Amino acid sequence: MTTLPQSTTRKLGLVIDLDTCVGCHACVISCKGWNTENYGAPLSDTDAYGSDPSGTFLNRVHSFEVKPPVLKDQPAPEAQLIHFPKSCLHCEDAPCVTVCPTGASYKRVEDGIVLVNESDCIGCGLCAWACPYGAREMDQVEKVMKKCTLCVDRIYNENLPEEDREPACVRTCPAGARHFGDFADPDSNVSKLSAERGGMDLMPEQGTKPVNKYLPPRPKDTLSEGAGDIDILAPYLEPVAQEASGFLGWLDKTLEKL
Amino acid sequence: MNQPKLDLSPKVSDEVRKTTCYMCACRCGINVHLKDGKVAYIEGNRDHPVNQGVLCAKGSAGIMQVNAPSRLRKPLKRVGERGSGEFQEIEWDEALQIATDWLAPVRKSDPSKLAFFTGRDQSQSFTSFFAQNFGTPNYAAHGGFCSVNMAAAGIYTMGGAFWEFGQPDWDHTKLFMLFGVAEDHDSNPIKMGIGKIKARGARVIGVNPIRTGYNAVADDWVGITPGTDGLFILSMVHCLMKAGKIDLNYLAQYTNAPCLVNGDEKSPEFGLLLRDDEGKELVMDRATGKLTPFDQKGVKPDLAATHRHAGISHRTVMQHMAERYLSDEYTPEAVADRVGISAGRIRAIANEIARVAFEEAFELDQEWTDFRGETHKTMQGRPVSFHSMRGISAHANGFQTCRALHVLQILLGSVEVPGGFRFKPPYPKPATAHPKPHCNTTPDCPLDGPHLGFVHGPDDLALKEDGTPARIDKAFTWENPMSAHGLMHMVISNAHAGDPYKIDTLFMYMANMSWNSSMNTRGVIDMLTDKDESGDYVIPRIIYSDAYSSEMVAYADLILPDTTYLERHDCISLLDRPICEADAAADAIRWPVIEPDRDVRGFQSVLCELGAKLGLPGFTNEDGSQKYADYADYIVNHERKPGIGPLAGFRGDGDQAGRGDVNPDQLDKYIENGGFFVEHIPDGANYYKPWNAGYQDWAVNLGLYDSPQPYLFSLYVEPMRRFQLAAEGHGDRQPPDHLRERIKTTMDPLPIWYDPAPENRVDDFPITALTQRPMAMYHSWGSQNAWLRQLHGHNPLYLPTKLMQDNNLTDGDWAKVTSPHGEITVPVLEMAALNENTVWTWNAIGKRKGAWALDENAPEATKGFLLNHLIHELLPPKGDGLRWANSDPITGQAAWFDLKVRIEKADAPAESQPAMKPIKSPVGKGPQHLAWKVGK
Repeated sequence: MTTLPQSTTRKLGLVIDLDTCVGCHACVISCKGWNTENYGAPLSDTDAYGSDPSGTFLNRVHSFEVKPPVLKDQPAPEAQLIHFPKSCLHCEDAPCVTVCPTGASYKRVEDGIVLVNESDCIGCGLCAWACPYGAREMDQVEKVMKKCTLCVDRIYNENLPEEDREPACVRTCPAGARHFGDFADPDSNVSKLSAERGGMDLMPEQGTKPVNKYLPPRPKDTLSEGAGDIDILAPYLEPVAQEASGFLGWLDKTLEKL
Repeated sequence: MNQPKLDLSPKVSDEVRKTTCYMCACRCGINVHLKDGKVAYIEGNRDHPVNQGVLCAKGSAGIMQVNAPSRLRKPLKRVGERGSGEFQEIEWDEALQIATDWLAPVRKSDPSKLAFFTGRDQSQSFTSFFAQNFGTPNYAAHGGFCSVNMAAAGIYTMGGAFWEFGQPDWDHTKLFMLFGVAEDHDSNPIKMGIGKIKARGARVIGVNPIRTGYNAVADDWVGITPGTDGLFILSMVHCLMKAGKIDLNYLAQYTNAPCLVNGDEKSPEFGLLLRDDEGKELVMDRATGKLTPFDQKGVKPDLAATHRHAGISHRTVMQHMAERYLSDEYTPEAVADRVGISAGRIRAIANEIARVAFEEAFELDQEWTDFRGETHKTMQGRPVSFHSMRGISAHANGFQTCRALHVLQILLGSVEVPGGFRFKPPYPKPATAHPKPHCNTTPDCPLDGPHLGFVHGPDDLALKEDGTPARIDKAFTWENPMSAHGLMHMVISNAHAGDPYKIDTLFMYMANMSWNSSMNTRGVIDMLTDKDESGDYVIPRIIYSDAYSSEMVAYADLILPDTTYLERHDCISLLDRPICEADAAADAIRWPVIEPDRDVRGFQSVLCELGAKLGLPGFTNEDGSQKYADYADYIVNHERKPGIGPLAGFRGDGDQAGRGDVNPDQLDKYIENGGFFVEHIPDGANYYKPWNAGYQDWAVNLGLYDSPQPYLFSLYVEPMRRFQLAAEGHGDRQPPDHLRERIKTTMDPLPIWYDPAPENRVDDFPITALTQRPMAMYHSWGSQNAWLRQLHGHNPLYLPTKLMQDNNLTDGDWAKVTSPHGEITVPVLEMAALNENTVWTWNAIGKRKGAWALDENAPEATKGFLLNHLIHELLPPKGDGLRWANSDPITGQAAWFDLKVRIEKADAPAESQPAMKPIKSPVGKGPQHLAWKVGK
């Protein structure tokens, strides 16, 4: 079994904005591209052009439909669709690390990133069972465990321009729904964003203390129908005229003032 | 605790080459990382104006496109029957000789016997140049079956539409409203914009029967009944006009709202605008009380004026609009049931638009001078913006619906103002500044001008002397007079029927016409393989160019294999569909960042050679030798007008923009600059462009116009009235009698709404069936992509909860879907966030067995399906014996989204129906496993 560090100097992680994520999968494929070419074994695809293609991904987007509860005396609210990108949350109490029989899974002391040392991984899969989020995937060709590295080979990489030293998924996200930073620093972009927007832990009851935070969707469909009382519900639509001739009179009068 | 020591700064790549993406039509800038000469990683280019560093799933998956097993490898000559997939590989010399031997006699006898249609072509200014030099009138790209209603309605109304024509003012807008947007169009810029405005708390309203993608993140979702957007918009117009929440100053100064409409019912000019001797529209000046040309300095156009002359009253466009739209016909209560939105909600949305446009209005402290010579100290902002695409345009009422949306924008005064919608150069450009269509052929000679353009009345139609259509697709005829992009979806059907005439050779590029790009897929396959009594194919010869083993390959006689987008030159040109932003003109190139490892050639380079072999004047030197060695040579050395070529950047000595001599080092300059060129619009010239003297002068300098072109927005589209006048019996060119009533009704110069549902037999087929493209897929190009197919490998039919319950269906069941034209049997899945009378699926995921180098048991072929089998290119017969196209009667746009169906539970078949027999793959199958790491 493997031990976790008592604490980490920094707590690097992601803020994922569920109010803005359009579910485009840009992060999924950018991650696939970077991590196929970089850290460890390539992310393979079995039966790539066949009947049951199945590849290793470190980040996937799931979509959930939400039907808000019907409230008394209110029209039934519209159903919603939430896009939910999911990758390793780099938990402070990461059960995937403590379960590892070889020490291949570990949490870095300096920044809290949870990694797999592939040369020590025996592919037993215990860590994937232990992770309550399903964030680890066994590569079917290489038979080693793969997971989000938070692009540890990008974020400090001196061969990249400084502005590119962030995870591939964050750099590519077209909607700006993904943010990277240090949660140990209360003044970091991610700490502030999470505080402002009510950043949430995923499944806090699991006691894993995830570092990544999710920003909840804002309330939706607030421009709702009313009983038709124009003065109260549509104050800006008060008529200037009822029909065309009255409208022309108003036009004439208003033009005079322009 | 022992942490392993990691190399935190591994080498990323040997080299980064910057080019333009082509995984969809958005034209983002990409950084292609190479290791050992191979593509190692693709990311967005931060400096690029379109995507500013971000990149979508398709773009990042480009690496799987350049290694795709479906890539064609060598020219192919058909040796089996059409459709069998039996080919023989041949050398390029032989392929080009075959093409020349087929085409040279056609050009010598009757060039119109060649139909040359290019599908998702980003080189239309070049391919049309080839077609024009060949002399055939039969050329267009795919706009007719895509979104011509949007483009044409925008240009006729205000000199530009959405996407490539313009964009919301993302930095200032406070309310953004989307109508029916396919999630792939303008994909990254829309996502970036939505992210940007949501981050500052601005409201997004999505109007779409389906709540996915952008509509899923919209603050308010309006699950409208498909095809009724125009009625919803006109009801909001009603509310806003009635409340006086319209921008009177804007309407008076910049639109034809104050122009006077001829009220003399007996005149051949009844309903046209009053003009002076120079053809300028006349307005009544409130300052002088006199009729005055609209463009005079100091004129105060009177929106409410009536000009009485010789006993006749001529009233303003504004008066006509008030009469129509204040009518009770458009009250929220009157339209609510048909649009599927409650009256209260329509009012709430109109109220929010009014509030933001007028209560949150602001001014930019920026001086500017208008075309009348008046200087304004500030720029008035109206922070309401709109965007729309195929969802509202791919209906038979789509043109008028798109017009209605533009009229709403203009009434609010929110076009080309801060916070509103802004044009991108070379737009604004009114219909009058575009060419008219040309169709006159002479054997062995070029066509008399550009094929496509904008008609202004019956005189501009593409008709032969005997009144029959000049073009094979019947574009610019009485059936669809304003068909600015042609009708690619009618080409095969018409060529097969010999209506209006037979052709000899069908030549296509990047168009999967035997599959997802055609209505009536099965019927089109039959047309492509049909033989006459003598055993010859009814369409005698088919040449096709594609980079991949698509479904269409099997139906051609000669295949010219194209390169992938990373192996070629291209220019994304200001003469075509450039990459401009609202604040800048910009264009871009592609260049071979890797060399092909197969015997393939860029299609445009092939045309350079073919054009020379055919002796086309634009492709040969005076001594008859080949003028352009390849497409790169053309891009650099071709001049449309002296000093104006395909690329605007780095001309002359390398420092001239827009106009300038040919620069032999131009492509190198583009490559040095990251593959693109940007020229910014100066401050003060970047809003109010159609009327802003600063912008007009800048545009002339850059070569976008030859002279300043200020114009009024056309709330009232006069060319439409000219077609109505013809239908009423005026003029020499007369429509056939069976079209008169339709022209009178549909060609209304003010937006109307009419219901296409009855013609699609809504009484028997009460459910609308739609398609959308997923954000991570595009058309058919990506579906064999090893990574993307894991995201969308098959496509269930999504049913709303009520239809699932009514039909006793649960997820994974199968249903038979029947339309007036055909039936399919497909798997279903429940979706609650969906209009309760609409079903939908992802477009073009379904694949034919044997295509795309996929296994025959691939889910794309066994569970995937096309709705195309349910859609006919003609409307259901009306009993009058006539062929009525399933298209917009104004533009001819394919009415994909008017499809009506009914649904019943079916026993699960072994695979989706209809199951078509496999075609033989000319490229074999892909590898079993991939572990694609090119570096060490």
